[in-house]
Amino acid sequence: MAKVSIIVISHSKELADGIVDLVSQTKQEDVAIAAAGGTEEGEIGTSVDRITGAVESVTTEEGVLLLFDIGSALMNAEMALEMLPELEGRITIADAPLVEGAYIAAVEAGMGKTLEEVKKAAESAKEWKKIED
Amino acid sequence: MELSAAVMKQWALRINEKMQEHKDKLSELDQAIGDGDHGHNMARGFREVANKVEDASYDDIGAMYKDVASTLISKVGGASGPLYGTAFLKASNAWKGRDMLDSEAFTEGIEAAVGGIETRGKASLGDKTMLDVWIPVRDEMKEHGADAEKAAKTAEKEAEATIDKVAKKGRASYLGERSKGHMDPGAFSSQLVFEALAEVYKEEAS
Repeated sequence: MAKVSIIVISHSKELADGIVDLVSQTKQEDVAIAAAGGTEEGEIGTSVDRITGAVESVTTEEGVLLLFDIGSALMNAEMALEMLPELEGRITIADAPLVEGAYIAAVEAGMGKTLEEVKKAAESAKEWKKIED
Repeated sequence: MELSAAVMKQWALRINEKMQEHKDKLSELDQAIGDGDHGHNMARGFREVANKVEDASYDDIGAMYKDVASTLISKVGGASGPLYGTAFLKASNAWKGRDMLDSEAFTEGIEAAVGGIETRGKASLGDKTMLDVWIPVRDEMKEHGADAEKAAKTAEKEAEATIDKVAKKGRASYLGERSKGHMDPGAFSSQLVFEALAEVYKEEAS
């Protein structure tokens, strides 16, 4: 069965690649995770072309969830969505912390959850307490 | 005011020259309240734009500015890529199929550009962004017709006025009150865009 795919968008190529490595350690079966980090020139920034390329490399029937780091990464993620109108309804952006969000999204996607459920789970990472009282 | 395809091409090329010339100032402004890459990004993006359009031949101003937009969108990694890219993309739709822009047609493009910047950046007038320049320029064009010289003057005045404002968008907004006292770098690059327009229009007319 197809599962939701995840795209990790960061201004830094190393950061995006590293998060993909980290999350891939959870070994979620059939969950594709792709990185879209840095610019085409390898500088700090984000690139619409890299995001659309990453999405196209992992698109499934279940959909694709985009996670981003800060600032203008969101604008480029939104532009990528506009440039992929054929994926409407199967692609969405999560308002989530990048590391925790990608981690929980991968686990939920691995359980065969829907795109909307995976998105919600990733966004719930904002409420996580990392240190108990 | 009438702008031919040739003048519109000169505009894009002159914006590039201005971005190269003021690259350091743009970055200094951005270092004060942002991440310091605005000069680098604008200089690189518009250099690519100049490379793209300089030797190409266009009858359709819309097609030319679609190329300007897609170059900025692909080549600029910071916020200015999607913002300026969307602005010129929306303008290019308004200018589609035209080899000459009269005041009304040019204004329609600027109006569409402002709409694009608003949608992409989710900012409003007074947030200390490029819109603090673009919105007054648009309003003046809508009211009195497009006048390149006036647009440049308004842009300069409004960019200057961002100094006293508190940033509400982008990385500068983390600084809150501390963003006061610095001109918004996007407002200054927008001023350069309209100064470039006034220059090429004046040269054409003389």
